[in-house]
Amino acid sequence: MVTRAIRVLIAKPGLDGHDRGAKVIARSLRDAGMEVIYTGLRQTPEMIAEAALQEDVDVVGLSILSGAHMTLVPRIREVMNAHDLADVPIILGGIIPDDDRAALAEYGVAGIFGPGSSTENIAEQIRQIVAGKGRA
Amino acid sequence: MTLADDVLAGSRRALARLLTRIENEEAPSELAALYPHTGRAWIIGVTGAPGTGKSSLVNALATAYRAQGKTVGIIAVDPTSPFTGGAILGDRIRMSAHSGDPGVFIRSMATRGSLGGLSRTARDAARALDAAGFDIVLIETVGAGQSEVDIVRTAHTTLVVEAPGLGDDVQAIKAGILEIADVLVVNKADRPGAVNTVRVLRAMLELGHPAARTSVQHHGQTLTVDAPAGSDTDAATWIPPIVQTVATLAIDDDASGLPALIDAISAHRRHLETGGQRARIERLHLEQELHERLRAELMARLLRDLPRDTFDALIDDVQSRHIDPHTAVQTILSRTTGGAPR
Repeated sequence: MVTRAIRVLIAKPGLDGHDRGAKVIARSLRDAGMEVIYTGLRQTPEMIAEAALQEDVDVVGLSILSGAHMTLVPRIREVMNAHDLADVPIILGGIIPDDDRAALAEYGVAGIFGPGSSTENIAEQIRQIVAGKGRA
Repeated sequence: MTLADDVLAGSRRALARLLTRIENEEAPSELAALYPHTGRAWIIGVTGAPGTGKSSLVNALATAYRAQGKTVGIIAVDPTSPFTGGAILGDRIRMSAHSGDPGVFIRSMATRGSLGGLSRTARDAARALDAAGFDIVLIETVGAGQSEVDIVRTAHTTLVVEAPGLGDDVQAIKAGILEIADVLVVNKADRPGAVNTVRVLRAMLELGHPAARTSVQHHGQTLTVDAPAGSDTDAATWIPPIVQTVATLAIDDDASGLPALIDAISAHRRHLETGGQRARIERLHLEQELHERLRAELMARLLRDLPRDTFDALIDDVQSRHIDPHTAVQTILSRTTGGAPR
C-alpha cells in the first residue's frame, strides 16, 4: 500500500543553540506518522528555503527562541518566495509574543506553538493546514 | 510543459515535485518520458552500519566531485518507524556545506513500509537525478537489511563503509554486506583500532579473492604475503580496494583519504568501462529490475482481484488444517487468473 506521508522541515534559524524543543517536536511528528527532515542548528534563511525546495515539504517548521522572529520570518518568507515556495506554510515554535501574531500571519505563518503546546495538537494542526492547502 | 519537461529544463522545484511523485509511486508517465535521458550519471551507492560516518563521507565526496567541476545529486535514505510510519530524516545536517550550490541537489527519503518498494523508488529517484543532468548520483542508505543491499546493487560503484570500534567485526561478515562492496572504506581512520579493522577486512577479502594475498599460519603466527605482482588474477576480476578515510577533514588534506577514495572509484569505473563490463552489469541489473517490477505488479493485480474476506477464509482453512498453504495459493491463482495454474 502506498502511503502518502506529510513531509515537514524542522529547522532552527539564527544563533541560539537551544534545540531541545525542535528535537522534541521532530520526534513527536515522527510518532504522528510524518516524515520530518531535521536540519539542525544555525540555519540561514537560504539554507532553510533550499532544504524546503529540495525536500518538497508540505510545511516548514521553525523553532525560534531568540526573539528574532520578526527579523527571521520575513527574511525566510522572502527567500522561500524567491524559490517559488510561496504556497508552503510556515509554523513557529518557541517564545512568540501574542502581539506579533497578526504580523506573522502576513508572512504565511499558519500556526504558532509556544511553551505548553501539546504535541498531539501540533500534529493535528499540521494535518489540518496541509489538508486545507489541498495540495496534490 | 509537463513536469518531465520542466525537470529536463533544469527546474529544481519540478525535480523536487517529481521525486515526491516517485516516492508515492505516481510518476510512471514522467519516468517513461525521462528514461531516454538517463544513463549518463555515474551512480555511487554508499552503505554501512549506522555510525560509520556515511553522511559525512557522502558530504566529502560531493565536495571532492564539485572541486572537479562535476554536479552531484544525493539521495539519503533513513528508516521509517515500523510502528508509526513516520521518520526523522537527518542526513542533511552533515551536508549543509553544499547549501547554496546549484550543482548539488540533496533529497532525503524514508524507507516507508513497502515490500522491496524502496529499491524501486530509490532507483527511479536516481534516474530522475540522472535525467536532470547530474554527473554523479550518490545514494546513501543504512546497510541494515536486504532492501538496502538491493538499492546499492543498482549502483555502478558501491562503497561499503566501516569504522573502527563498532563492536563485533564478524557482524559485517554475517550481514553479507561486504560481498556487494566495490570499494571498502574504513572511515574514522584516525581512531584507535583502524588498523585492526583494515586487517579484518583484508582477511575477509582473502576468502573471496584468494589470489589477492596469501596468509600462512607459521608457529602460531599469521603471516600475510602479497602475491607476486601481475600474477594474482585475470583482469576481469575486480578486487575491492580498502581505503582509509577521515571524512571530517578537508578533502585536500591527504590524511582525509578522499583523494585515494576518488581514485579508487575512478579505477572501478575504468575497470567497468573497459572490456564491456559495464554493459554486462547494467544488463544484469535491468534483468533483476524487470523481474522485481513484474513480481510487484503481478502481486498488486492479484491482490486487487482478491476480496479480503476470500483471503481471510483461505487463511482460516489453512489454520484449521483443512487445506495446506500450497493448495491455498493454487486456489487463489486459479480463481484470479481464471485458468489452471502451472
